[in-house]
Amino acid sequence: MDFMLDKQHEMVRTLFKEFSEKEVKPLAQEVDETEVFPRVTVEKMAKAGFMGIPIPKEYGGQGADVLTYAMCVEELSKVCGTTGVIVSAHTSLCCDPILTFGTEEQKQKYLVPLAKGEKLGAFGLTEPGAGTDAQGQQTKAVLEGDEWVLNGSKIFITNGKEADVYVIFAVTGMIEKRGKMMKEISAFIVEKGTPGFTFGTKENKMGIRGSSTYELIFTDCRIPKENMLGAQGKGFNIAMHTLDGGRIGIAAQALGLAEGALDRTVEYVKERKQFGRAIGAFQNTQFQLADMATKTKAAQLMVYAAACKKDEYTKNPKVSYSVEAAQAKLYAAEVAMEVTTKAVQLHGGYGYIREYDVERMMRDAKITEIYEGTSEVQRMVISANLLK
Amino acid sequence: MKIVVCVKQVPDTKGGVKFNPDGTLDRAAMLTIMNPDDKAGLEAALRLKDQYGAEVTVLTMGLPKAEEVLREAMAMGADKGILVTDRVLGGADTWATSQTLAGAIRNLDYDLIITGRQAIDGDTAQVGPQISEHLGIPVISYAQKIEVEGDSVIVERQFDDRYHVLKAKMPCLITALAELNEPRYMTPGGIFDAYKADITVWGRADLKDVEDSNLGLKGSPTQIAKASDKVRKGAGEKVNLDPAASVDYIVEKLKAKHVI
Repeated sequence: MDFMLDKQHEMVRTLFKEFSEKEVKPLAQEVDETEVFPRVTVEKMAKAGFMGIPIPKEYGGQGADVLTYAMCVEELSKVCGTTGVIVSAHTSLCCDPILTFGTEEQKQKYLVPLAKGEKLGAFGLTEPGAGTDAQGQQTKAVLEGDEWVLNGSKIFITNGKEADVYVIFAVTGMIEKRGKMMKEISAFIVEKGTPGFTFGTKENKMGIRGSSTYELIFTDCRIPKENMLGAQGKGFNIAMHTLDGGRIGIAAQALGLAEGALDRTVEYVKERKQFGRAIGAFQNTQFQLADMATKTKAAQLMVYAAACKKDEYTKNPKVSYSVEAAQAKLYAAEVAMEVTTKAVQLHGGYGYIREYDVERMMRDAKITEIYEGTSEVQRMVISANLLK
Repeated sequence: MKIVVCVKQVPDTKGGVKFNPDGTLDRAAMLTIMNPDDKAGLEAALRLKDQYGAEVTVLTMGLPKAEEVLREAMAMGADKGILVTDRVLGGADTWATSQTLAGAIRNLDYDLIITGRQAIDGDTAQVGPQISEHLGIPVISYAQKIEVEGDSVIVERQFDDRYHVLKAKMPCLITALAELNEPRYMTPGGIFDAYKADITVWGRADLKDVEDSNLGLKGSPTQIAKASDKVRKGAGEKVNLDPAASVDYIVEKLKAKHVI
């Protein structure tokens, strides 16, 4: 058991930190304010290899481990939650399922340009009636000759309008399971520009405002038969597997937000004077900071442990990282919300003003308790494992 | 084409500077970075590699810890790293350093040697040109643009109010300015590969055609009488005015301080 990072991981951290400070931080406020997707940053990240970190080199990726990927999302999110989730959704929710379940042809055609960052990925599972309850899916896919015909819509899709490749889930029939008729769900790879695939409403969000969250609409959208991802009827398993991995990305995003808010607060309390001394000299401030730092550190260890467990899974598929991922996401998200809220409080009135980063970080943090499985879903996953 | 890039691990100017009792820098105790001019030189070499195909070897002299700067260079895309490290080489001034590096380069095949203009810790701008003297090859310093044409390089050399365009036959040495380019980032995969790669480590015995009397602190004509950290200035004042109002503002300030 070794809690120290080796030299390689120390150096990747230096890289991600330097990139985030120089390329991402200066844009964070504007991205939030204007809701403009940071396309230029994505292009720079592609060049630096950030868009395919845990993808093997033969598929255009960096061949690095999940820990490195988590550290990338963490460092980006320290300065900009939007940029963190762009990388997380692209890598965990689009590259990963194609790597895990795709055919060799699908990997060559879709994964290689995705991992190189030439294309951006997204994932469409959620529908108006199907959030936590994936069985509520209404989007249908019907096989007609050599094509699947998709009809329906997906909502709250991260990287929505900016992506090029989408992993989409749809009902392909009904099957009997334990005497009950259940929807058979399958996964598909859909390209932007396919006739019948359009975009609906852009969501006006509380946080991560530059991340392009859109509704995807499929109207008689015909996709080639060979674009089914994995076997027919395996969509639910693919979605759950994908979200297990995605949770590590979101946990890393939450961790980064907590760390960023803590950093800003430490700077602020040294500068801000009240009653003739820096507010950092007051014991209340010191104790608050101590708690914030301790919980953030605990979150970091859980996120890194979950990432390392997924690395173990890559070597031995019998290893499960589902519980560790759920625990890391549950804890890191709640810590992010608590730490960013305290950060705003310690900033006093200034913390409530847009000019101060902690205001944005608190809004960004809330979503980490909701997307890719709410905190309640994480508790279900964790307790189901305890009581099985 | 074979390119040798000389790089130096220097104190990060954002960190504190620490000195040994003899007035030389205590490098082991400071946060370090790749010298910015050297990084631009490396980037120039990597661009030549991208454009024409080349083998890029990075060379550094320093403590064993200086291996880090070679790994960083390799993570950016350099092919090989050579660390010259030996106790007898410690405390070297520019003369002894250039003798050491030239002694190492004599073991290598090269068409082009690129060094940074100067290092941010010494600011002498002497090592690059001195290496070229020891090796008997042409030097073009202060490069702000580099092109290759056949067996020659065409370089824009920065000058006070203009630039000179110079052409030199290879092998030759170029010293690079940080303004030459925007160095690329390392890649995550490149970092892991760099740590898997072997770094060649050379000591005094591996240096070719160099006298002992030209090496290390003993071989350094420069003797440091005293060194100190620079006095830190205040943060200064920023104003946002149009040009005419800015001039008035500055003149008022200078008058108030009796500068003019």
